[in-house]
Amino acid sequence: MPDKKPVTPTGGEEPSNATRRDFIKQTSLLTAVALTPGTVVEAATNNMDEQIAAALEKLPLKMEVNGTPRSLSVEPRSTLLDILREQLDLTGTKKGCDHGQCGACTVHVNGRRVNSCLTLGVMVNGKKVTTIEGLANGEELHPMQEAFLKHDGFQCGYCTPGQIMSAVACIREGHANSEAEIREYMSGNICRCGAYPNIVNAIQEVKAGGQAV
Amino acid sequence: MQEGWYNMETLLNKPIPTSADGLSRVDGRAKVTGAAKYSAEYNQPNMAYAVLVGSTITKGTIATIDTKAALKAPGVLTLLTYLNAPKVPGHVATKPQKPGAKSGPLKIFYDNKILYNGHPIAMVVADTFERAQYAASLVKATYNKQAHDTKPPKDLSRGVGAWDGKDFTRGTVDAWKTAPVKLEQEYTHPSEIHNPMELHAIIARWDAPDKLTVWDKTQGVRATRGDIAKAFNLKAENVQVNSQFVGGAFGSALQVWPHEVAAILGAKVVKRPVKLVLSRPDMFTSVGYRPYTWQKIGIGATADGKLVGITHEAVGQTSSFEDFAEGPINTSKGLYVSPNVTTRYKLLSLDVNTPTWMRGPGEATGAFALESALDELSYALKMDPIDLRMKNYAKVDPDNGKEYSSKYLDEAYAMGAKQIGWDKRKADAGSVMENGWLAGYGMAGGMFGAYRDNTVAKAIMKADGTLTVQTAVSDIGPGTGTAMVLIAAKVMGIDPGKIKFDMGDSALPFAPMQGGSATTSAVGSAVNDACVVLKEKFQKLMGNGGTDKPDYVKILKDNNLTELETVTRSQPGPDNEKYSMQSWSVHFVKVLVHPATGVVKIDKVACVADSGKIISPKTARSQVVGGAIGGIGMALMEEGIIDHRYGRYVNNNFGDYHVPVNADIPQIDALFIDKPDPYINPIGAKGMGEIALIGMAAAVANAVYNATGKRVRDLPITPDKLI
Repeated sequence: MPDKKPVTPTGGEEPSNATRRDFIKQTSLLTAVALTPGTVVEAATNNMDEQIAAALEKLPLKMEVNGTPRSLSVEPRSTLLDILREQLDLTGTKKGCDHGQCGACTVHVNGRRVNSCLTLGVMVNGKKVTTIEGLANGEELHPMQEAFLKHDGFQCGYCTPGQIMSAVACIREGHANSEAEIREYMSGNICRCGAYPNIVNAIQEVKAGGQAV
Repeated sequence: MQEGWYNMETLLNKPIPTSADGLSRVDGRAKVTGAAKYSAEYNQPNMAYAVLVGSTITKGTIATIDTKAALKAPGVLTLLTYLNAPKVPGHVATKPQKPGAKSGPLKIFYDNKILYNGHPIAMVVADTFERAQYAASLVKATYNKQAHDTKPPKDLSRGVGAWDGKDFTRGTVDAWKTAPVKLEQEYTHPSEIHNPMELHAIIARWDAPDKLTVWDKTQGVRATRGDIAKAFNLKAENVQVNSQFVGGAFGSALQVWPHEVAAILGAKVVKRPVKLVLSRPDMFTSVGYRPYTWQKIGIGATADGKLVGITHEAVGQTSSFEDFAEGPINTSKGLYVSPNVTTRYKLLSLDVNTPTWMRGPGEATGAFALESALDELSYALKMDPIDLRMKNYAKVDPDNGKEYSSKYLDEAYAMGAKQIGWDKRKADAGSVMENGWLAGYGMAGGMFGAYRDNTVAKAIMKADGTLTVQTAVSDIGPGTGTAMVLIAAKVMGIDPGKIKFDMGDSALPFAPMQGGSATTSAVGSAVNDACVVLKEKFQKLMGNGGTDKPDYVKILKDNNLTELETVTRSQPGPDNEKYSMQSWSVHFVKVLVHPATGVVKIDKVACVADSGKIISPKTARSQVVGGAIGGIGMALMEEGIIDHRYGRYVNNNFGDYHVPVNADIPQIDALFIDKPDPYINPIGAKGMGEIALIGMAAAVANAVYNATGKRVRDLPITPDKLI
């Protein structure tokens, strides 16, 4: 081990460049000082400046997720994907790349398929979000879920929720009229286990069955 | 085509399996509803999030790390570097075994050395993922740079580096040179990254100072338990490893990697559960890859196609700090009868992260070279490629003289040839146009050892007539649970719907890692044996030798029992030594190549697997289809590209590292010999995961040659190589 001083979380000097966040912390404290000077000491001891800053950095988000109204307070930088997975514990929607390159995070927003990793939470304010958890009707699976099961449209299952959400949209969009068209319009969803032919078979069966999707 | 061996009417008229045949996956409902939970999805109360920071240089030492801004960022709980990270007991400074020996697996936050670009130098732990990620972006390091080397030299013919494995010779050294018809060619394939869809992830929770629970992406909960226990000096039984669902791995989760150690350390420091999910770029430098490998094949035959000799040389890339060796030259020792075989294998150390096994491991690499060379030889001999293979067909193992436990590769050739329409293939390369595209056919095969490890399974029959079977195996996707339920259902004579299979939990009875295509053989045997023992217990209770179909519910009731169970150990026997045990595959491909753009379209694929008895038809078919698609990726697009000026990956994402997508893949016919191997185990099943991929890349390359007359020996076969 080289002879260097350990870095500790408590050490270090204040950085010279003040950030927008520092400004929020200072101004919120100044407001507190102006209103009730007696609370300043307490606020500082309880790290309340931090809490106020954190609160001010968040925005309200109201959306309907799988039919349930949700009211949240989120950072503007939080993606819909991370909000679903980390705040709402709806982990059926998967993170495969976080860059809109794999489709594992596909959900429906107002009925249209989107990559939830490229969608900031605040962008879906007032909208309806459907995830894989909201596709079945209670115990009764959606026809696409049944078809994926029957045709083994997956192996490990990780890309599957995104594939199924895309597959449903693919039919709704009118892009499932031939095997070639299905392949093209399902190419935004990567399956590393290689279930593609089975996925195509599942979509064709649902399309041919004519059920409402 | 040779007369005589093609007359197998029954076999050839077997119906082709469809995606709807067979029992659907027992865990399928969980997977299609989003209920299946993977390692990152067990959110814990008060959980914190960790994000790693990788080095931006390739070789040297860290001079300074500026962590001030990161530590000041909101929500940051700790920031670990080599300067302040608690010591990992397993990271003891080991003295090199001999002068110049490598230091071994990467010890994270151990010292200031940088061994490859992306080497983890810091880890931020914060109260939310967003905050951890932001703070990680604020960590700045300066380095003392040293000259790095990530580029394999152009001429590898004299070999580089050292490897303890000795050169191998059967018969005369380099005898191929004396053959009347001969050729010598070099083949390369680039580093290929597993890139399972699920990012490697771990949640670590310390339950007591000496007790740990992890939810971790692993192909072996027991192996991971042992490795973590060793690293942190804990009792194995005090480490609980959970890996209920694994979102693919293909070999990348066969070992405990530095990020897993880091998350466990982080949880210790912040005294909270910590979740660490690798980013997609992290996946290129943190969890291994199939190494860049250079190969040279010299092969010679008599004018009528009898092999005189094969010389197979290979040089595989490894890291500067750890040797990784695999078996690219293995296939040349035993796939064909050749009186003379020479193999040489060396390692090339570069300033890169360490490779690891990737599906089909070295055998897939080797089969690309050997099966391409066989195809080249067939053209030189003006012989059908299948006839050439049949001419040199091995009826006993040429490597050791042992009889095969089972081998129906000849039948596989015939089935595949019929399915693809091999009779339409023209021997003249580049001579067939279909609607403006050059059309061609190719075939290639592969083999992989069929193994069986010790496994323990527990079977419990309950008063309501349901059976629970338990063992500590993981399922990375092939459908292990489904196969195990089918095995248990057959032995017990009950409906598969009444059987529950528990796995992915290190507290369950011992099972080996899911690797080396051995799971169905090993774990399936244990499930079979446990059920046989359990059934016998019931028959004993019945008296009079029992019946073949015991009424389990009634017997339990009559004997005032709530349940009856057994724990049974299953292990290989003398037959596993006596015979040579291999799984075999052959892949047939028809390609279309656009003459102006060089675009290759896979038009038809037929794969035949000789992997013994097929236990679960639906999932077996999917496994073969998936392996073929992996092979198409290897053949046409996959290539980890490092900018050697900086030693850094430039395509470390799914936009730039291409894997097959739906539009690249046609319907794929997966056919099975489906004859039980009488010796390997009680269920007759051999492995399938590896052979599904082995040989596929050569089949594509051979088809491309047949279509265009252009032989591409450097994978991947991108359009620029064809125009």
